[in-house]
Amino acid sequence: MIWIFLSSGMFLGWSLGANDAANVFGTAVSTKMLRFRSAAIITSIFLILGAMISGAGTTHTIGVLGDVNAIAGSFSVSLAAAISVFLLIKRGLPVSVSQAIVGAILGWNLFTSSPTDINSLILILFSWVFNPLIAGALSFVLYLLFNRIIKFSKIHLLEIDALTRYGFILAAAFGAYSLGANNIAKVVGVFITSSPFRDIQVYENFKITALQQLFFTGALSMAAGIISYSRKTIDTIGSKIFKLTPISALASVFAVSVTLFVFSSQTLHKFLLTLHIPAIPLVPISVTQAMVGAVIGIALAKGGSYLNYKIIGKISLGWLITPVSSALISLLLLFVMQNVFQQKVFEKISFEVNEQVINYLQSGNLNTTKINHLNGITYDNQSSFRQALDYVGISSEETIFRIFQAAKIEYFRLDSNYAKEKLNPNEFTQGEIEAVKFLHNESFKHRWQIVEKLSLISEDWRFLTPNPQNLYYNKRLEEKYEIIFSIFKLR
Amino acid sequence: MFASKKTKKLETQIDEFLDKILSGSLQFKQGVKYYIENLNDMFEKTLTEISTTEESADNLRRTIETKLYLHTLIPEYRGDVLGLLESVDKVLNKSKETIFQYSVEKPNILPEFASLFLELTNTSVTSVEYMVYAVRAYFSDYQKVRDNINKSVFYEKEADVLADKLKRNIFANTNLGLAEKIHLRYFTYHIEQIADSAEDVCDRLSIAVIKRFG
Repeated sequence: MIWIFLSSGMFLGWSLGANDAANVFGTAVSTKMLRFRSAAIITSIFLILGAMISGAGTTHTIGVLGDVNAIAGSFSVSLAAAISVFLLIKRGLPVSVSQAIVGAILGWNLFTSSPTDINSLILILFSWVFNPLIAGALSFVLYLLFNRIIKFSKIHLLEIDALTRYGFILAAAFGAYSLGANNIAKVVGVFITSSPFRDIQVYENFKITALQQLFFTGALSMAAGIISYSRKTIDTIGSKIFKLTPISALASVFAVSVTLFVFSSQTLHKFLLTLHIPAIPLVPISVTQAMVGAVIGIALAKGGSYLNYKIIGKISLGWLITPVSSALISLLLLFVMQNVFQQKVFEKISFEVNEQVINYLQSGNLNTTKINHLNGITYDNQSSFRQALDYVGISSEETIFRIFQAAKIEYFRLDSNYAKEKLNPNEFTQGEIEAVKFLHNESFKHRWQIVEKLSLISEDWRFLTPNPQNLYYNKRLEEKYEIIFSIFKLR
Repeated sequence: MFASKKTKKLETQIDEFLDKILSGSLQFKQGVKYYIENLNDMFEKTLTEISTTEESADNLRRTIETKLYLHTLIPEYRGDVLGLLESVDKVLNKSKETIFQYSVEKPNILPEFASLFLELTNTSVTSVEYMVYAVRAYFSDYQKVRDNINKSVFYEKEADVLADKLKRNIFANTNLGLAEKIHLRYFTYHIEQIADSAEDVCDRLSIAVIKRFG
């Protein structure tokens, strides 16, 4: 059953491979610089590597946007995205899988009355604007640079040809790696909470984590899309949007690859932060959007007279339609799934507002006058809690999101024996492990209570002042807390 | 620097092909000179040489064309390159045909026309030489293509002026009958044609350069 549900994610992965991966190497094939078979093999290999090695960077953003917590829900969300992608492709629009999946998750949030993390959403919306702009600017510069090099370097035409081919191989590999790293979140991101996989211990110190297995499955489906179907989409991308020459195609592919890398590389992100340069957020971006931006960049570098404004208008319209249609399809599918097929599309969550929760929210500088009215009341699902918040006049999505996080009831009991067994000394410091052991047999109702308690007794568990330099330390600590929550949660 | 052995070999073959065109036109120049100076043995030897050169140039061109298609090299410019090589080859064919016509028809070049004939031949061949330099530069040196095209076209115009002068002199001559005059004009025309076909190559090249370098 679980595999049937996961199949929708694999379908989405397949369509992503068939469509988006074609953006990475399609122009190389259509300009006859690479053979389809070689391009498909290179892209598949690097795509899987990218997903496995660097896939975690952007998954967080998608995960936070909507914590789809039941596998039937994940199935519906993925299927809604895949259907809207399919429908828009049939209309001849270069579609963005990112937008489809974000729309579908928002549909799930709406259906389940779960609040949306506005900050994550803003980050994603930001990427939708800046991704084509960055890719366009890069391709503009790269095209002029390549042309200048060709004009003045006195390299033989045949050698340029050979170099361009090497360039395509490099760009395809680099692009595919970044595509895997950046897009795996779209394919399996919604399955993280409800993943059917468990960690596999291969050797004493080597295990394949559930997340890695999930990523590998997603990446395989993307590779299957490349090998089985991308041949058909290459022709559309290579010639329909804009007739590219090998050099302009190379410039555009490089621009797309670099843009993907910029939006998915944790290493680059850290490096920019250490240089005190504002870093670009790590969000899953659309290769299609990047490619369209890159092609427009090339057209502008060629003087702009080749630009077809009608097509650009059509594409922009498609970008507006995608998230909306995907959200609507998602709502419809979730409704059908829940009411016709009697499947659980989300786990009900209980909420409780009490003195402690109110104090905690107050300490986070939240005005709690309105929420005081709900003091002492417990709610057994998302919808009723949201209605109550609505009733007392709390309407800001960001505030609702924070209250949901604080009031959510989960039961945890810390256990020193379990801590000794489960907490890996390579991952956790001695201080951290000791602090967990110290709280032996203590129970908690809310996640934040564990955070408060642990940070009180151990410096190692304390978050640093939130600023760009401490971003990764805090992120790492957040991940450690996530491990604690998953280990000590009472099921 | 970056190319594989196969590509490198092809580069060399293109260069060799252009070398053949160059030596073929120099052999043509020598041939006309030997003919005018009545050095028959030398002239006949040149005939054999130009034939061999033309044949090996043809073979090289075919090999290059096959390789370009077989390995799908320079897909964007393949048509241009093949067209260029074929039109360059035609220039050598024309030189060979003309020199063979000397051997067959034995035109009676009077001493008073000798220097103009030689000058016309030199100018046409110079136009071909610059054309070859321009084609060679097309593969690697943008600036040199333009320079050499300009020089080739300049010498083609010179050849036109000289041919015109020669034809006028021929027809103004009172010692020659009309048949001989027409015969000499025919040879003048053919030498002039060699420069004209070099100009055709340059026209084709100008378009190819715009396509390649923008």
